[in-house]
Amino acid sequence: MKGRPELYTSYGQDMGFLNTRPKRAWSGGLVVLALVLPFMITDDLLQLLATGFVAAIGAIGLNIVTGYAGQVSLGHAFFLAIGAYTAAALSGPEDGRVIGFGITSLPVWLLASGLVAALFGVLVAPVAVRLRGLYLAIVTLGLVFLGEHVFREWTSLTGGPGVGRPAAVPELFGVRLDQDSALFTAAQQLYLLMFVLLVIFGVLARNLVRSRVGRAFAAVRDRDLAASVIGVDLTRYKVLAFAVSSFYAGVAGALLFVVNGFFDPGSFSLLLSVQYIAMVLIGGAGTISGAIMGALFITLLPRITRELPTVLPFISGDATGAFTVFQLEAVLYGVLIIVFLIVEPRGLFGIWVRVRNYWRTWPFSY
Amino acid sequence: MSAGVRGSAEAPSTAVLEVTDVRLAFDGVVAVDGVSFEVGEGELFAVIGPNGAGKTSIFNVLSGVYRPQQGTVRFRGQDLIGMRPHRIAARGMARTFQNIELFSHLTVVDNLMLGRHNHMRYGALSAFFWLGRARTEELENRAAVEQVIDFLELEQWRRYPVGLLPYGVQKRVELGRALAMEPKLLLLDEPVAGMNVEETEDMARFILDVREELNIAMIMVEHDMGLVMDLADRVMVMDFGRPIRTGTPAEVQQDPDVIRAYLGEQHKSVTP
Repeated sequence: MKGRPELYTSYGQDMGFLNTRPKRAWSGGLVVLALVLPFMITDDLLQLLATGFVAAIGAIGLNIVTGYAGQVSLGHAFFLAIGAYTAAALSGPEDGRVIGFGITSLPVWLLASGLVAALFGVLVAPVAVRLRGLYLAIVTLGLVFLGEHVFREWTSLTGGPGVGRPAAVPELFGVRLDQDSALFTAAQQLYLLMFVLLVIFGVLARNLVRSRVGRAFAAVRDRDLAASVIGVDLTRYKVLAFAVSSFYAGVAGALLFVVNGFFDPGSFSLLLSVQYIAMVLIGGAGTISGAIMGALFITLLPRITRELPTVLPFISGDATGAFTVFQLEAVLYGVLIIVFLIVEPRGLFGIWVRVRNYWRTWPFSY
Repeated sequence: MSAGVRGSAEAPSTAVLEVTDVRLAFDGVVAVDGVSFEVGEGELFAVIGPNGAGKTSIFNVLSGVYRPQQGTVRFRGQDLIGMRPHRIAARGMARTFQNIELFSHLTVVDNLMLGRHNHMRYGALSAFFWLGRARTEELENRAAVEQVIDFLELEQWRRYPVGLLPYGVQKRVELGRALAMEPKLLLLDEPVAGMNVEETEDMARFILDVREELNIAMIMVEHDMGLVMDLADRVMVMDFGRPIRTGTPAEVQQDPDVIRAYLGEQHKSVTP
């Protein structure tokens, strides 16, 4: 059917991954942009963007359990930590001061970090079967404090507070991606690695949520009584949502450690969980692209607020003043969550939908 | 269908559902007591009664939401008591709700696809890659969903989130979700509640179509007496959790106990 690209002649076309021309054009354009970017901007910005991509993987994970399956989890930082330390321990040197197994191959430790985190997710999930809403949030909150304590005390794994341990070694096909090579700098390599991984995990997640499984998640979220009466096993899908979400968190944790190079055991705290909640809510709960937008937004936010002291002199640029940028950031997370929940509950994704619909009919308003 | 053929409260020869002496109580409050009935193949069985008579409680017992203290429920030869709702659904029992229980953020197509949840078998791993089995099953079931859309004339609403649709259409989508399950027994909880005359007639036509073309046994709870008396093969009248009469619409209408339950003691004469 040439000349009529919007005419679907099979369900396969209708249910396709990128089923409209604008979707294909935008996705293609963004991929091209992301691939040329490393040769145009500075390495520290690249590192920031790479962090954003990794955060996006984590946010997609949280969005699966919270946005799609409707199980509010404040424990995301805990699962990130599990992934980070699994990867670091697997790839660390065998005779170092902390636990290490010397397996530096990236696919191996990445998969392992996801699987170990998923295992913990499955262990926690039975609680979600019994509780819902705020009660579940409180229990998962407890998980963060539990984890924080264990990671502080278990110095042979984490290196201890203030000291830490080296991140996992990203070695792919015998190439160390965290060291400059003949062609690329380390920052460019890590940026490209994280971008490719984000695309892979994004596509997988998108497939999952448009499948039978994703629909079952949404059914559990919207009306659990109706879900069970039409044949959805509530227990099974709540456990599955936690497992997938924790897998993504584990992977993101491992990669976040690699990009940052250092993590204090105390940084897997409630604030980190709240940041991920903010990513999901600001980006748009229940959408994959929204989670990516939200993650990039929250990751880039500190860079913008750091510039504020030059414009607004009453904000202190270091940690000593009456009102510091760090306090401002913490306040902003809260304010942004509230503003988005009230003004645009569908988040950045919702704003994008509005922009899209405006231009679809332009120059006519209806 | 004359009263002679379906005319008594006797057991139909091939029963899809057999309910025997069910009692359901919440602490001291007895919701349902001593309820027994059978539903035959392709039969349209109605349950009526004043508010609070226990009609919806019976549905909740049948679909596994409540567990009765006493009695048995046999569905296609298997005892359902203690079985969880999703297992019962998988055995072929579908249901609509008095207050619409659709997944309001999902589109009509997705709601109907959820009705076909148990017709697909692929798991999370193949869902991730959307290849092979996942893709084939999705496409097959999408085609099946289109048949339901065609049957209930939902074409124009296909892509809308159901929360945005008019009330009458939502009721129809809920019926569609139940039909998409390809059930052996369909429970309709007040299918025309809150509808105007036109919407009621549409729904009545769809219920008749379900019966004539798909030959699915149905149990219907409804307050619209005109609809019940026109459509049902047999009617069970309930009051205060107890069945007071089971029979054809004509028999039930003339029963003094039924008239008393609906209109009170003082009325001596009622024109049916």
